[in-house]
Amino acid sequence: MKHTIVALVEDRPGVLNRVSSLFRRRGFNIESIAVGHSETPGFSRMTMMVDGDTTDVDQVTKQLYKLIDVLKVSDITREDIVARELALIKVRATAATRSEIIQIVDIFRANIVDVAPDSLIIEVTGDEDKLDSLVRLLKGFGIKELARTGRIAMSRGQAGVLIPEERPTPSAPPPRGRKLPQSREVTP
Amino acid sequence: MKLSGANILCQSLLKEGVEVIFGFPGGVVLPFYDALPQYPQLRHILVRHEQGAAHAADGYARVTGKVGVCLATSGPGAANLVTGIANAYMDSVPLLAITGQVARPFIGKDAFQETDITGITLPITKQNYLVLRAQDIAQVVKEAFHIALTGRPGPVLLDIPRDVFLEEAEFNYPEKINLPGYKPTYQGHPTQIKKAAKLINEAQRPVILAGHGIILSGAYDELKELAEKAQIPVVFTLLGLSSFPGQHYLSLGMLGMHGLAYANLAVCEADLLIAIGMRFDDRVTGRVADFAPKAQIIHMDIDPAEIGKNVRVQVPIVGDIKHILKDLNPQIERRVRREWLRQVDQWRHEHPSLAIRETDQVLPQYVVKSIHQVTGGNATIVTGVGQHQMWAAQHYIYDKPNSLVSSGGLGTMGFELPAAIGAQVGLPGETVWAICGDGGFQMTLQELATVVQENLPVKLAIMNNGYLGMVRQWQELFYNRRYVATPLAGPDFVKIAEAYGIPGRRVTSKAQVIPAIQEAQSHPGPMLIDFQIEPEENVFPMVPMGAALHEQLQGQPQKVKK
Repeated sequence: MKHTIVALVEDRPGVLNRVSSLFRRRGFNIESIAVGHSETPGFSRMTMMVDGDTTDVDQVTKQLYKLIDVLKVSDITREDIVARELALIKVRATAATRSEIIQIVDIFRANIVDVAPDSLIIEVTGDEDKLDSLVRLLKGFGIKELARTGRIAMSRGQAGVLIPEERPTPSAPPPRGRKLPQSREVTP
Repeated sequence: MKLSGANILCQSLLKEGVEVIFGFPGGVVLPFYDALPQYPQLRHILVRHEQGAAHAADGYARVTGKVGVCLATSGPGAANLVTGIANAYMDSVPLLAITGQVARPFIGKDAFQETDITGITLPITKQNYLVLRAQDIAQVVKEAFHIALTGRPGPVLLDIPRDVFLEEAEFNYPEKINLPGYKPTYQGHPTQIKKAAKLINEAQRPVILAGHGIILSGAYDELKELAEKAQIPVVFTLLGLSSFPGQHYLSLGMLGMHGLAYANLAVCEADLLIAIGMRFDDRVTGRVADFAPKAQIIHMDIDPAEIGKNVRVQVPIVGDIKHILKDLNPQIERRVRREWLRQVDQWRHEHPSLAIRETDQVLPQYVVKSIHQVTGGNATIVTGVGQHQMWAAQHYIYDKPNSLVSSGGLGTMGFELPAAIGAQVGLPGETVWAICGDGGFQMTLQELATVVQENLPVKLAIMNNGYLGMVRQWQELFYNRRYVATPLAGPDFVKIAEAYGIPGRRVTSKAQVIPAIQEAQSHPGPMLIDFQIEPEENVFPMVPMGAALHEQLQGQPQKVKK
């Protein structure tokens, strides 16, 4: 099963390197990773797709949490989410095929963003299945170039992957009796 | 007032209570070394190879509980620290590695002695920093110490370019740090602790599996209370040794690949394993599918990523061991556990794993036992990796808390001498014995010069069998006695010691063992003893690779003599 994991990370040099190095070292398979700004300046949001059949997703989230620059990790696969991917497809188009391509593009509610004498660039947004089927349909015309962003995702409604509220970092193992952040209950 | 980056670094280290730096100078760290004499409180110990600096800082950190600091120049200096940093990372040792870097304008230009040390150490540090402004040094040092020492401890590396050491900035040591992504959990979840208490109170054949986390959190008293209150036998991981008195009637010694027979049998028959501050390494579990087949498992660790990584557990508790045990112990019922303890005692009698056979030859087991006898168990034992390490783990009785320093996870040969230097620096006036292998000792023996220069009274016991012993043992048992690349035409260790100005003794018979140890023990300075041990002595019991704990080989009778 494909898992969608969202991580909020500090926007510092080397963070992407740390994350990808972790995946490589632990032998985790990522299918896609998309990185960009989050709602809070100084923090980036990463969306990763991981194959749960070949990779222990629980370990992925726990190991990501261990990175100092990672603030929050959520596996939102089972949540009610909106998930999108964007693709740019440069497809061969002649006078004879152009109108047929335009029809397909219309059906997929995609856009043509560039027209050249022998090609078109199509911009399409949607889930992976939609993108896959459009690509499959256009293959017959000859795809010259393809760029996909990988999935980004967001929970619907109240739920969300947000930066945790500011808590002072305890400077030492704090004395007993003080109220402390408690461990998340981990289900085996 | 403005200070240079080098001065800011020194002042920041002092603010963190640093007393000792193990280091080796070089081109780009010259500005730091030039500032150092202004801070006589910072003792600099010159090693002979940067790997020695990292291991010495590691040994120092393990015995003091403080952050060990090592320093090297850019390029080869930094690269030479790598083994030591990886070692500290695997064993959760708080370490600060400071490296020089080429000046900012040269970074990325393949300048002389440039290497991407932050890139290289990415997977073996808890965090690392390339510090690009002098004004950031204080903040970064503060963060580095906090990260290295708290949560699950580990190494942090600071890479500082030469011109940042020279750049001037205001020095204000920060009071606070802001690390929104770093919030270790200390207090265990009460629901989980309650579940654990219930399992412990209901268990018939419980076993405590004690790991390094107990030592790191200083939970000796809490562990003892738990074991005694519920009458639970205790087995140890290698690094868990000395977390609970070895002489105690509930102590069963080390488990795992070279664990004692009764320790492994107890784990195999247990109906409840209480794993405390350990991570189910493959050397502990044997074949995972058959590990503790009858037991439910409670796993306490400060690192959530260790939960469920190697072994399925029923009750995980994330938190600091001392805190967890303090919350757990009041919920534990006092028990008398005659039947289970009698069974364990029966195994002890049936499988006397610590019995040493009678012979006039020098047996390594006897040497270790004699070191224990002569020192009264008051020494800190430092080992390298291999057969001697396992004999030291099995035959020395670790009564004193935190009295074993050994390379566990990474298994770094050559760790012993530099780590013993660090341990001795951290424990002035106490006895430090390095139990060394003749193979590993040759990997770092240049540090004998450091021992002499710093006048450290470490005692060195070399278990000299003329082989890379552990590899030879595997070749004997699993490769039909084909000894490829394991025989060592060793040097004369006594002469080597003497060349460095350290008295050396050679021991070739059993009768000489105790007098030699006594002489070293009463000698005020360092001393080296070359124990010429039985060359083909094996470490038993042994669980072969890929076998389950109950399939262990019991001992010498299995040996095929040709």
